[in-house]
Amino acid sequence: MCLGIPGKIESVYEDHGTKMAKIDFGGVLREACIEVIPEAKPGDWTIVHAGFALNLLSEEEARETLDILEQMSELAELEDQEHSG
Amino acid sequence: MAEQTPDFLAGYRNAKLVKTVLAEIHQTVTQPWTLMEICGGQTHAIMQYGLDQLLPPEIELVHGPGCPVCVTSLELIDQALMIAKQPDVIFTSFGDMLRVPGSKEDLFSIRAAGGQVRVVYSPMDAVKIAAENPDKQIVFFAIGFETTAPANAMAVIQAEKMGLDNFSILPANVLVPPAMHAILSSPNNRIQGFLAAGHVCAIMGYWEYPPIAEQYQTPMAVTGFEPLDLVEGILQTVKMLEEGRVAVENAYSRVVTYEGNKIAQAMLAKVFKPVDRNWRGIGTIPLSGYGLQEAYQQFDATQRFDTGSIQTEESKICIAGQVLQGIKKPSECPAFGTLCTPQTPLGAPMVSSEGACAAYYRYGRKKS
Repeated sequence: MCLGIPGKIESVYEDHGTKMAKIDFGGVLREACIEVIPEAKPGDWTIVHAGFALNLLSEEEARETLDILEQMSELAELEDQEHSG
Repeated sequence: MAEQTPDFLAGYRNAKLVKTVLAEIHQTVTQPWTLMEICGGQTHAIMQYGLDQLLPPEIELVHGPGCPVCVTSLELIDQALMIAKQPDVIFTSFGDMLRVPGSKEDLFSIRAAGGQVRVVYSPMDAVKIAAENPDKQIVFFAIGFETTAPANAMAVIQAEKMGLDNFSILPANVLVPPAMHAILSSPNNRIQGFLAAGHVCAIMGYWEYPPIAEQYQTPMAVTGFEPLDLVEGILQTVKMLEEGRVAVENAYSRVVTYEGNKIAQAMLAKVFKPVDRNWRGIGTIPLSGYGLQEAYQQFDATQRFDTGSIQTEESKICIAGQVLQGIKKPSECPAFGTLCTPQTPLGAPMVSSEGACAAYYRYGRKKS
């Protein structure tokens, strides 16, 4: 129920004065309300739940977390090699 | 369409990275710890990826009440059924709700008997149905946690903007922090750390949680839904427990900030006010739900329809209440997988795509 699906904003428009967007979910376009992320623009990523965008998704934060874990993973591999060598 | 997932999101399902974090969890743990994932969506993801079986035996994951369909009270479901039966009503709901057993029937059986019950993907779709059917009354069953509450509020605001007098909601939203208080202050409590639900926090932030963590000396990590998010949330919580540190950390920073979405929070405050709510299987928790503010009372279905006096009747065998509080596991129920299955559910946790019983059934955790 609280599942949110990441999607990329294709275009923004208004419906009865409410901010809406067409959002690309891995090739499928759907409409969602973006009233609570008024700064959103085409190209931005967002998390959508029940046809409603919850927040913007930060690509920078996503990459940063992955980079740290990648480094951890490489370090662990090195340690393994040292132990076995 | 995996090829269309960008690398910065696909990385959160990278098996090598998940193994790295799992290895660090194994290295960090020195003693038993009991954690609760609040959100039923996370319970399902944990079972689906088999993460519970890859964790050290010292770590027990207890499944929380974060399944809105499961905790919606029998009184509210019986009210919904009574409204849905009325001749000029189109009753709209998220799909999960249709098979949840009321005292005597469910929304599916009302539809089978000729009632107009429609599944919607978004509360906004219910507003559209209202605009297209001016001669009918359209009622939306507004369930959900803080994640869903803004969409429910938006539907009310939109109906007001469009001047629709044939749209109303059955207010049934529930709130996480009061449930945390209820769980942690219970004499049966076993929870030592929480995985806080990522999408609730996308809206609310996590500024409400440090006082709770402090009061009950229970660390928490805001956690997302991908396998890497889940093991990261577990690692951060276990590290705090092992270090004897009580804090609220954020393991889902690509979506969640400390403040949360302030525009959404303002929208919630405009439309809703906290009210006491009865949680199915748990009981009444003070100020744990949303009712409509005075200015929006005309959109309250309970004001518009006479639902009379309701006599509720729960299944005598079902242990859903204990499962929802983390006291028992689904497989400890005598009816699990025999009398109670997703086809013939006795309790809501066997119905919902987020219910712990359905997760155990679907992913083959027949006996723990």
